[in-house]
Amino acid sequence: MSDTTIEKVSIIISKGSLEGIYPGLIMANGARMEGIEANLFFTFFGLDAINKAKHEHVKVATVGNPGLHLATWAGGVPGISSLVTHQLAGEMEKLDIPPIPEFVEMIADSGAGLYACKASGDLFKLSRDDFIPQVKDTITVGEFYALAGGGQIIFT
Amino acid sequence: MTTITLAGSPIEVDAEGFLLDAQQWNAQIAEEIARENAIEQLTDRHWQVVNFMRDTYLETGSAPSIRSLGKTSGVPIKELYELFPKGPAKLAAKIGGIPKPRGCI
Repeated sequence: MSDTTIEKVSIIISKGSLEGIYPGLIMANGARMEGIEANLFFTFFGLDAINKAKHEHVKVATVGNPGLHLATWAGGVPGISSLVTHQLAGEMEKLDIPPIPEFVEMIADSGAGLYACKASGDLFKLSRDDFIPQVKDTITVGEFYALAGGGQIIFT
Repeated sequence: MTTITLAGSPIEVDAEGFLLDAQQWNAQIAEEIARENAIEQLTDRHWQVVNFMRDTYLETGSAPSIRSLGKTSGVPIKELYELFPKGPAKLAAKIGGIPKPRGCI
């Protein structure tokens, strides 16, 4: 074990695929479980994780994802993304990993701060009402850095 | 492994202060570990969580995840973090005399 401890983390979630969102959520939840202060900043397609209309429909990217070891043509077959997502969701449930909407709510309840990126919100024409109520604020990059002061920043 | 004195008895703990033998545990030890971890007094709600953690561990061999702690201990996630600000699952396990939970969730 290291002599120095991490007291605070600010985690950026920038991708909108299932495999793009979960790592940041697991890092944030894990930080809170260790008593580490945590902030989550959702930017670009990462906003899907806090978008009321989309957070239940986040899928695994089956096209251009070599990690799946699928033939390239197979990744584009209609429905394959839903199928792979469904299978993965089943495996995750067995490990007690919650679906994204429940997980995000759990992390907010643990005391982590949830923030939406202003530039991305403007770009996608999303406002406060499009986000789940647990989102504390829509903030600029500058405000994010101010919030992250004194801690580590993790980009996912 | 080190041996420390808790509630007047020699107790074996790991490097982070978790009991190595769950059978050496008692309520007085729990109170003492709680105080050392900035929880001055264990309330009924604290005990509800500590007992749930301990019972689950003794029954199944592993401590519950924070998710199931929130769902089935009867204490919701928000309150868990109010009761144990430095990490509910970790602290409740330590106070309950069981090993540190090794799950990521």
